[in-house]
Amino acid sequence: MEAAVVFLPLLGAIIAGFFGRMIGDKAAQYIPCVLLTVSALISYYLFFAVALGGDPRTIVLFEWVTSGELEFFWSLKVDTLTAVMLIVVTTVSAVVHIYSIGYMHHDTSIPRFFAYLSLFTFFMLMLVTADNLVQLFFGWEGVGLCSYLLIGFWYDKPTANAAAIKAFLVNRVGDIGFALGIFATFVLFDTVRLDDIFALATSKSDATLVFLDIEFHALTIICLLLFIGAMGKSAQIGLHTWLPDAMEGPTPVSALIHAATMVTAGVFMVVRLSPLFEQSDVALMVVTVIGASTAFIAATIGLTQNDIKRVIAYSTCSQLGYMFFAIGVSAYPAAIFHLMTHAFFKALLFLGSGSVIHAMSDEQDMRKMGGLWKLIPVTYALMWIGSLALAGIGIPGTLIGFAGFFSKDVILESAFAAHTGVGTFAFWLGIAAAFMTAFYSWRLLFMTFHGAPRCDEKTLAHVHESPRVMIWPLFLLAAGAILSGALGYHLFVGDGMATFWGDSIAILPTHTALADAHHVPVWVKALPLVMVAGGIGLAYYMYMVRTDLAAIWAEKLRPAYLLSFNKWYFDEIYERLFVRSAFYLGRGFWKAGDGAVIDGVGPDGIAASTIRFARRASALQSGYLYHYAFAMLIGVVVLVTFYFFTGTGG
Amino acid sequence: MTELPDMLAAGPEIFLAVMGMVLMMVGVFSSEKRALGIVSGLAVASLVVTLASVVWMADGRIVAFSGLFLTDSFAVFMKTLVLLGAVLVLIMSENYIQREGMARFEFPVLVIYATVGMMMMISANDLISLYIGLELQSLSLYVLAAFQRDRGRSSEAGLKYFVLGALSSCLLLYGCSLIYGFTGTTQFEALAVLFTGKESAASPGLVVGIVFLSAGLAFKVSAVPFHMWTPDVYEGAPTPVTAFFAVAPKIAAIALFLRVMLEPFGGLIDEWRQIIVLISVASMVLGAFAAVAQRNIKRLMAYSSIGHVGYALVGLASGSEAGLRGVLIYMAIYLVMNVGAFACILCMQINGRMVEQIDDLAGSAKSHPMMALGILVFMFSLAGIPPMAGFFGKFFIFTAAIEAELYTLAIIGVVSSVVGAFYYLRIVKIVYFDDLLEPFDKPIGRSLGTIMTLSGVVTILFFLYPAPILDSASIAAAALFPG
Repeated sequence: MEAAVVFLPLLGAIIAGFFGRMIGDKAAQYIPCVLLTVSALISYYLFFAVALGGDPRTIVLFEWVTSGELEFFWSLKVDTLTAVMLIVVTTVSAVVHIYSIGYMHHDTSIPRFFAYLSLFTFFMLMLVTADNLVQLFFGWEGVGLCSYLLIGFWYDKPTANAAAIKAFLVNRVGDIGFALGIFATFVLFDTVRLDDIFALATSKSDATLVFLDIEFHALTIICLLLFIGAMGKSAQIGLHTWLPDAMEGPTPVSALIHAATMVTAGVFMVVRLSPLFEQSDVALMVVTVIGASTAFIAATIGLTQNDIKRVIAYSTCSQLGYMFFAIGVSAYPAAIFHLMTHAFFKALLFLGSGSVIHAMSDEQDMRKMGGLWKLIPVTYALMWIGSLALAGIGIPGTLIGFAGFFSKDVILESAFAAHTGVGTFAFWLGIAAAFMTAFYSWRLLFMTFHGAPRCDEKTLAHVHESPRVMIWPLFLLAAGAILSGALGYHLFVGDGMATFWGDSIAILPTHTALADAHHVPVWVKALPLVMVAGGIGLAYYMYMVRTDLAAIWAEKLRPAYLLSFNKWYFDEIYERLFVRSAFYLGRGFWKAGDGAVIDGVGPDGIAASTIRFARRASALQSGYLYHYAFAMLIGVVVLVTFYFFTGTGG
Repeated sequence: MTELPDMLAAGPEIFLAVMGMVLMMVGVFSSEKRALGIVSGLAVASLVVTLASVVWMADGRIVAFSGLFLTDSFAVFMKTLVLLGAVLVLIMSENYIQREGMARFEFPVLVIYATVGMMMMISANDLISLYIGLELQSLSLYVLAAFQRDRGRSSEAGLKYFVLGALSSCLLLYGCSLIYGFTGTTQFEALAVLFTGKESAASPGLVVGIVFLSAGLAFKVSAVPFHMWTPDVYEGAPTPVTAFFAVAPKIAAIALFLRVMLEPFGGLIDEWRQIIVLISVASMVLGAFAAVAQRNIKRLMAYSSIGHVGYALVGLASGSEAGLRGVLIYMAIYLVMNVGAFACILCMQINGRMVEQIDDLAGSAKSHPMMALGILVFMFSLAGIPPMAGFFGKFFIFTAAIEAELYTLAIIGVVSSVVGAFYYLRIVKIVYFDDLLEPFDKPIGRSLGTIMTLSGVVTILFFLYPAPILDSASIAAAALFPG
C-alpha cells in the first residue's frame, strides 16, 4: 500500500520514458495520469489511516548500506507529517499531470515530459517518506535532477538551458551544506536513521564539535548546515536567484515543482528534523531572520515585475519565507499548514496563469495583456480565487475565509506571540509583506484581465478559454484553495493539534509561540486583513483609476523602484563576485596552468620530444651492414665495460 | 640396446627431423604443380603430430644423450608454443606463397627444419648442443628470409641476416670457449654445480664469456643493441616469413636465454643481472620510440617485437620463479597476439598486390569491419590495455619486477608501454577514423579469417579463463627452480 504510492509514479516514468515511442503519445500521457491518480487516492486513504487514525508506521523495503557503524535501509516512514506531504504531493502532481495533457498537446516530446514529471513525483515521495538522512538526500538530489531536466525541457531555448544550469548550480551550494550536515550528524550520532537521531537529540544538546581547533555547539552547526541545504532548495534569500529563472520551464512544471512541492522540501526537511532544531536557539534565530527577510525582499521584488510567472515566482519565494519564520518561532505545524494551503492556491495561480499564457499564444508579459476577463471568464474567476487565498481574505474569529487566511494569520500571530526580538522583527516584516502580497496580486489581476487590451489583433482574435482537460483539474485546486484552511485549521494548528501530529513534530515545552498565538490581542488578528485590504485598494487605485500613477511613482521613487525592478541586484552581485571570478580563475588555470605549463611541458612537450627521439632512433637504422655489425661490436664492448665499471665482477 | 629410452626423450625431434627428410623426397617425386599442396599438408600434419607427442610425452625431467639433451616441463611449454606458432604460420601463409611466386615445396620443409632446430635449442643441456640447435634454426631461417630470391629486398634481408647472424655466432662461440676455458666444462649441470652457494666464484674472464654468450643470444631475440637486423629483415622478408620470425624463433630464443641464464649461471645472477637490465631497458625504450616514426607496418611490428623482448627480459632480470612464470605467460600471449596481428597484415592487399604502408589501412573499417575489429583487438592487446590478454602479460612481468625490487625497471617499462600505446592506437585511429582510399581485396580467405577469429577470441576472453595458461606456466617455471 505504502510502496504503491511511491512506486506507481516510478512505474509511470519508466513506461513513458522507455516505452513512450512504442506505445505512442496518447498512452504515454494517460498511463502516468492514471497511475498518479491511483497513487493520490491511496495517499488519501493513508492520510485517514495514519494521520487521523493515529497509526504511524515504517515499512522496510530492503537493506541499502551496511558498513561498520553505518547502516541503513530503504524504507518508507509514514507518520502524520509524511501523510500530509503525501496528500499535497500526489494531489498537485495528479492535477498537474492531467492539466499537462492539454497544456503540452502541441509539444513534440510528450512522453519525455510525462516521464520527467512522474519521475519527479517518485523522487519527491522518496524524499518525504525517508526514514534516514541518506534516503532523504537521495530524494533531495533526485528532485533536483528532475527540476534541472524540466526547467531545461525546451533545450533548444538557450535561456532555458541557462536557467536549468543556474538552478542546478545554486542548488549545489545548498547541497554541500546539506551533505556536510549529514556527515556532521553521523559524526555526532553514529547513525543516520531519523528515529535513532531523535532519541539521542536531547542527550546531545550540549555536545560540541571541534573544527580547526575551535569548539562549536554541535547541534547548532548541524542545524545551520542542514538549513543551508534547505535554503538552496526552498529559494531563501541568498540562494533564491534560481527560482525566478526556473520559470523558463513549462508552466505545469512551475506549478508542480517550483510552487507546490520541491521548493517546500526545505521546509519539510527542517520540520522533519524539528527535534534537532529545537535544541539550538541560535539556529532557530537564523531561520527566523532569513525567513522573514525572504518574505519581505521577495515581496518587494514582486511589486514591479512584468512577467506574469515571475510575479508568482517571487510570491512563492515570499510565502516560503513565511513558512521558515514560522519554523523559527517553533510553530512547525503552522509552517506545514501554510505549506499545504500554499500548495493548493499557488498551484492554482500557476496553472491559471498557464491558462492565460496558453490563451495568449505563449505571451507572458503582463504589459501586453489586459482586458481578458470577458474572453476567458473561467480562468479569470479561478485566478481571483487563487489571489484571494494568497492574500488571505477571511473573517477573523470565524471559520469563514480562504485557505491562506488561516495559515498565514496563524504564522503572523505565532511570530507576534513569540515575544522575542527576532519574532517581532518577523511579525512586522510579515505584515509589510502581506500588504505587498495583496498589492502585487491585484496588480497582476488588473493588468492581465482589466483595462484595454494591449496585445495585437491577431493574438486577441486567438484568445480562447482553455480546454476542459486544463480547466477541470483547476476546480479541484480551487476547492482546496477555498476550503483547505477552514477544514484543516482545527487539526493542524487548533485544539486537535497535539493528537493530530503525534510524535512527528517535536516542540520543546518552553517554546509556546503557537499555543499563545490564539490569545494575541485583537489588533494583531485584524492587522493583516487591514493591510491586505489596503494593498488591494491601492492596486485598484493605481491600475484602475489613476493609471498614470504607477509611472509617476516609479519616477519619484526611482532608487527604490530600480532596486525592486532589478531584484535587489542579486544576480549582478553574484555575477561580479562569483561567476566572473570563477571564469577568470578558470581561464587562468586553462591558459596558464593547463595550456602553458601542463600541455607545454607535459603532453605537448613530451610528445614533441618523443617524435624527435623517434626520428633519431630510426635514423640509426642506416641500412648499411657494416653499421649494424659495428653497433653489435660496440654493444659487446659497452656491456663488458659496463660490467667492469659497475664493479660487481671486481 | 639399453640406449632406447635415452633416445625416446628426443622422440618428437627425431620424428620431425625424419619427416623433414621424407617430405623433401615427397616434394621431389611429386608433380611440380601439386608438390607444394601435398608437402604443406603433410608438414602441418607432422607438426601437429609432433605437438601431440610433445604434450603426450611430458613426463618430468629426462636427460638424454649423455647429458646433451634434456626435456622437462619448461621445455614442453616452450615447444608447445613454438610448434603452435609454426603450424599457424604455415596455415596462414598458404595463400600468400601461391600468390607471390614463391610456391616451392621447400618452404614448409625449411619451416620444419627451423622448428627442429628451435626444439633442440629449447632442450639443450650443453653449450655444444645449444650451438647446434641454434645453427640448425638459423641456417633454415637465413634461407627463408631470402626465399623470394627474385626480389631484391628479400635477398637483401637474407644476406644481411646471414652476415650478422654469422657475426653473432662468432660472439656466442667465443663466449662459449671463454666459459669452457675458465671452468673446464660445457655441461649445464656441471656449470650449475660450480656456481651454487659460492661467494663470487666467477672470475672476470668467465663473466666476459657470459657477456659474449648473452650478446649472441640477445641477437637471436633481437634485443638492443643487437637488434639492427630486425627492422630490415622483417621488412624485406616475405610477410609469412616475417610472421614466423616474429613468433617461433623469438620464443625459442627467449626459452634458450632463460634456460642458459637461470640454469647453469643461476648462481651468478648478481653478476649478470645488471647486463640484462641494461639490455632490457634499451630494448623497451628503443622499441617504443623508434616505432613511432615508422610508416611501414612490418617495420613497426619489428620495433614492436623489440619492445616486447625488452618486457620479457624484465622478467628474466627479476631472476625469480615469479619472473620466469611471467615471461612464460607473456610469451604465450605474445604468440597469440602476433599471429593475429600478422593474419591481419596478410589481409592487406589491393588488387592482388600486397601493401605494407600503415596509411594503406586508412578507413578499412568501412570495407572490412571484421578485420578492423581484429586489428583493434590486437593493437589494444599489444599496447597492454585491459581486459585484453596483453595487459595480463605485462601485469605479471611488472609484478615480478616489483617483487624483486627492480622499481626503476618497472617504471621505465610502464612509461615505455605508454609511449608504445601511442603507435598501436594510432593504427586503430587510422583504421577507424581516416577516409577510405582504396579498399582491400575481398574475400580474405577462410584460413586467415579463422586464425584471426580464434586468436582474437583468445585475446579478448583470456581474462575469463586464464587458468590453463597460468597453471601450466607455473609448472614450467617450477622446472627451472627445483626445490
